[in-house]
Amino acid sequence: MHADPAGVMTGTHFLDGDHACCEGALAAGARFSSGYPITPSTEVVERFAARVPTVGGTFIQMEDELAASIALQGAVWGGAKAFTVTSGPGFSLMMEHIGLAVMTETPCVFVDVQRGGPSTGLPTLPAQADMMQVRWGSHGDYEIIALCPNSPQECFDLTITAFNYSEQYRCPVFVMMDEVVGHMTEKVVIPPPEQIEVTPRRYTTLPPDEFLAFKPCEDLVPDMPRTGEGYNVHVTGLTHDERGYPDMTPAQQDKLVRRLQDKIKKNVDKITLYEEEQIEGAEVVVVSYGITSRVAQRAIELARKQGVRVGKFRLITAWPFPEKQIAEIAAKVKAIVVVELNLGQMVREVERAVAGKAIVRFVGHAGGSVHRPEDILQTILEVAR
Amino acid sequence: MSELTELTPQNPVEQFLRMDRIPHIWCPGCGIGTSVNSFAHALIDAKIDTRNVAIVSGIGCTGRVAGYVKQDSFHTTHGRAIPFATGLKLANPKLNVVVYSGDGDLFAIGGNHLIHAARRNVDIKVVCINNLIYAMTGGQTAPTTPNDVITSTNPYGTFDAAFNLPYLVEAAGAVYVARWTVFHVKQLARAMQEMFAKRGFSFIEVLSPCPTLYQRRNKMGDGLDTMKFYKEVSKIRNGASTKDVALTKSGEITVGKFVDRERSDYRELMHDRLLDSLGDDYVETEACSCQ
Repeated sequence: MHADPAGVMTGTHFLDGDHACCEGALAAGARFSSGYPITPSTEVVERFAARVPTVGGTFIQMEDELAASIALQGAVWGGAKAFTVTSGPGFSLMMEHIGLAVMTETPCVFVDVQRGGPSTGLPTLPAQADMMQVRWGSHGDYEIIALCPNSPQECFDLTITAFNYSEQYRCPVFVMMDEVVGHMTEKVVIPPPEQIEVTPRRYTTLPPDEFLAFKPCEDLVPDMPRTGEGYNVHVTGLTHDERGYPDMTPAQQDKLVRRLQDKIKKNVDKITLYEEEQIEGAEVVVVSYGITSRVAQRAIELARKQGVRVGKFRLITAWPFPEKQIAEIAAKVKAIVVVELNLGQMVREVERAVAGKAIVRFVGHAGGSVHRPEDILQTILEVAR
Repeated sequence: MSELTELTPQNPVEQFLRMDRIPHIWCPGCGIGTSVNSFAHALIDAKIDTRNVAIVSGIGCTGRVAGYVKQDSFHTTHGRAIPFATGLKLANPKLNVVVYSGDGDLFAIGGNHLIHAARRNVDIKVVCINNLIYAMTGGQTAPTTPNDVITSTNPYGTFDAAFNLPYLVEAAGAVYVARWTVFHVKQLARAMQEMFAKRGFSFIEVLSPCPTLYQRRNKMGDGLDTMKFYKEVSKIRNGASTKDVALTKSGEITVGKFVDRERSDYRELMHDRLLDSLGDDYVETEACSCQ
């Protein structure tokens, strides 16, 4: 279906990534956000707090990130599309509720505008060092979806995608921004509402006496009930059966946790997003994502000028990881150069997918600024030699 | 169906219980089930559409209430029932949102959320079953455990001060504050009914035995002995100053309705402010429902 025109600020704008992300959320139908201030992400909810009363919805500033990350889940079960926004230290505090959203199949969006860590780290400066935390930070086995915009335009576009995926697969979806993308101002084109595809909530059409709240449909995702309509649904973070009732047996644990994983794993091809350029005939392929891909682009162009055949592969979904695509590239090229604003996170996934079929070289950076293109260039030239 | 079953009168509270989940997990002599019975009676007698009553619980023995009450019910994370309930209520204001949880969940790990929800005067109703201890995890000290009590983490006796829950909740801004014990089943059901009719952050403390871990370890008898104790030492003092109702190990238990006042709730305050500031640009919504 198309976006509700009330939330769509159609036009050509000059916006930073944080504000563009907020507009994406509004266009996607988000009408509730619970937040807690943290640099460099707060501008997203500051804009939402100003905009949403004119669209029809609610922003509430909570007492901490624990509250922010569960108030939105209450709002989702109340019928809203909802999200929260944070950065490193706040993201750490939200981990338990990521697990709750996974276990209770609560469609919701978390935006993490990444900054340097560990701990308070670099509050106003960029990093991409939460990429493993977003995948593994909550306890237990689970799958999530994480998207990595590299421009304010993509902050708008991918926030809509995040909401759509969350409704489609009923899992928390993450928009993994960084301080530079969040604060960088560029042209953002917001299309008319009829050109914005929005995934509606999967409400059941069954009457209460025929409905089982956690009985999956064919695609392994259950439909949702409406609260206050007599469904008397029970939602718990405990291991539960199709009625939603606690069932803490190894057999039910296996059945439930495997389904929660499989509803993502079996749809990897539908979910995975990436951008590639000049992969055919390349001797070296540079893998990057988010703001780092913009710097890597410069290094790729400089290397091409020196006669090296360099391809580009940009992760748009970091999770699920485009394993198949990386494995195919590894079979064709001499080396893969992975560039990240951390000291080695997604490179581990690349190495796993490459499985020794090509050389993998890592260009890391502890955060606080973006890479120098020369450092990436040097590594490209070294492996091409 | 046999003739016998047809003739067996149904317990009137069954319509509000998930009978397919009975028997429950609570110990013999525990008061949580008794409080749920009062809650079901309150639902029967309250003049509200019970389809709109949603229960939110945290973690612990009382946290399991959400799993037995046949309403839309949410068993959330430890300490976070109140912020979940806040989101649920704000997104869907027609719901009558009840948080049903324990003293450790609401006042230790969840204490910050409780005082902020009371400060904002979010229209949620909180039933706090206070058994003076962490029961689910094996009898550890809670922020409500009185002095000179043996617990599994204070094996030589507790020595630090306990919270006086009504005093704390009143100071934080609640519009309705009452305390009963599970001996006072009628009064408790009436208080719950009153709470449904109240708009704003409402709080009922319900003292309940934990014969397995509190009374036994402190040689205070079993569940029945505790009911006798409640009967003997409880004094009904409606309107008592919450400052004076702190609990001790064996002293008087002041029960009654302590606070019943009017104050605009969070949604009213938000609505008035936004309307005042935005005028015609303010888009009022009954619910933030998605497409």
